[in-house]
Amino acid sequence: MPDAIVVEGLTKSYGDFVALRDVSFSVEAGTIFGLLGPNGAGKTTAIRILATVLKPSGGRATILGTDVVRQPHLVRFDIGLAGQFAAVDEQLTGRENLRLVGRLAQLRPKLIPARADELLERFGLSDAANKPVKAYSGGMRRRLDIASALVQRPRVLFLDEPTTGLDLQSRGALWEMIRELVRGGTTVLLTTQYLEEADQLADRIAVIDRGRMIANDTPARLKAVFGSTILELDYPDADSASRAAGILDGSQADHLEVDRATLRLRTQDSVQVLGDVLPRLEQAGLRPGQLVVRDPSMDDVFLALTGQPNPDPQSSASPDEDDYPAHEGSTT
Amino acid sequence: MSQPTDTVTAAGSSLVVGVRADERRPRDWLSPVRDTSAIAWRNLIGIRRVPQLMVFTLIQPVIFVLLFTYVFGGAIKGLPPGITYVDYLIPGVFVQTAVFGSIITAVGMATDLKSGIIERFRSLPMSPSAVLVGRSVSDLTRNVFVVILMGIVGFLVGFRYGSGLGKFLLGMLLVLAFGYAMSWIFAMVGIAVKDPETAQAAAFPVLAPLVFASSVFVPVSTMPGWLQAFAEHQPVSLTASAARQLMIGTPAGNDLLWACVWIVGIIAVCAPLAVRLYRRSV
Repeated sequence: MPDAIVVEGLTKSYGDFVALRDVSFSVEAGTIFGLLGPNGAGKTTAIRILATVLKPSGGRATILGTDVVRQPHLVRFDIGLAGQFAAVDEQLTGRENLRLVGRLAQLRPKLIPARADELLERFGLSDAANKPVKAYSGGMRRRLDIASALVQRPRVLFLDEPTTGLDLQSRGALWEMIRELVRGGTTVLLTTQYLEEADQLADRIAVIDRGRMIANDTPARLKAVFGSTILELDYPDADSASRAAGILDGSQADHLEVDRATLRLRTQDSVQVLGDVLPRLEQAGLRPGQLVVRDPSMDDVFLALTGQPNPDPQSSASPDEDDYPAHEGSTT
Repeated sequence: MSQPTDTVTAAGSSLVVGVRADERRPRDWLSPVRDTSAIAWRNLIGIRRVPQLMVFTLIQPVIFVLLFTYVFGGAIKGLPPGITYVDYLIPGVFVQTAVFGSIITAVGMATDLKSGIIERFRSLPMSPSAVLVGRSVSDLTRNVFVVILMGIVGFLVGFRYGSGLGKFLLGMLLVLAFGYAMSWIFAMVGIAVKDPETAQAAAFPVLAPLVFASSVFVPVSTMPGWLQAFAEHQPVSLTASAARQLMIGTPAGNDLLWACVWIVGIIAVCAPLAVRLYRRSV
């Protein structure tokens, strides 16, 4: 398949602040590409440039072969953009919002009502179709926002943190919908702060940190870099943790580090490593006070890729902590 | 690209990619007009569903009419001979209504920029200036309704046009044209501040001296000399004086000509500036 999105040396700066620094990647048509990074990493800047909303300071980008700077009006026939902050009209109803987008996308007027109703149905908004959006919950707005991005059946879809603030059920439904779009031939570029999401959805992941791309690979290979599971052993003091690290040096873990009184192991095979590690610690009288087995977080990725802790600890907050209102029913 | 795209998978799925060329309108000279009317339609629905906006722009002028007619009116001096204060006041209140109404343009632009819906508009294959022109058109439409309602209030408190219906309507047209020009100024303000509350707060200190240090409510001849110099020549006074000439027949020299010059001048300067500001406002 040819590349649907090609980005070469893309740069965006605001005065002295460089939001995006020499970023290059390409996205094969009909695949999902994930941009992973903390808040302020430059993900949204990249998406806005590709969606012709923002002009880059340097470099170039093409969507289906058309340059986003030189021919933005042509690019706009082929893209859909759903933002991090639901860009829908508060006063209009859900149906009116979709019809407005249909008109502005230059669809033939007689097709617009059916298209709007079809999307309302698909996104579980039929019952709320005639209510003004200001009466919608956060999750409903998000769904309407994504439906708006699909009105003109875009061949390239940009989703900026599409699931931030959605509950697990809605998130799963959205993931399924994204996969269905891709089966239908859509190319999707999405940003996320959640490693799990990028892993679940994306065929390729680029990791962005402070405007720079620090990795671009398949999820499988990226995971091999930082391990698919993290084991954390808590000790009463840093000294015990260090001694435990000494004992385990050369064990089967991919990576081993001491963070104050915590010993952290990264591994592909947690069962094997646990079976190996625990008896050895027991023998040395260094039984940990607590043992945590977890998936790697953004912090772990950053630590593994940059050797630096995540510059913005906020961004690794779990999705459940986002302060979006109301629990949502499932999408259809 | 806008080339025809065949649907890739089974028809009937709502998530099938690609719009066939015949499902889209071809782009022609009417496209910007259609985009503008779509945006204006959307804005007008918004205004209808936010009654505070209507109240703000309607109740306030009504209060002014009542206040000036019945409370201050008796004390107003220097009126042209043979003119009652109500007749003097109402054309001025039309102007005041149209001028304060332009704040809504600033608030509307700022609200849209802040909410992110402009991002969606920018990513759609529509005419970019339709967002701004559509806003100015919807605010003009709103002004038409407001001015008609103010006219009714005016007639209820005793206003009578002294120079025929045709000239009265011409006067209305002048007031609306001035309000339209002011909308372009405040479109720039809204784009610049990007925040509805700030837009509203920024607009009032600019408009208050223009509206109050003018011939809108009182004849400028009673003001101190230094203020008269300003009050006589500023655009709000010129428009009020020209509207009065058209509606009640008071002589106004070249004020009508100057009012028209201001209107054309403001639009010629501010509309392109606003479009430029808007394009850069990302």
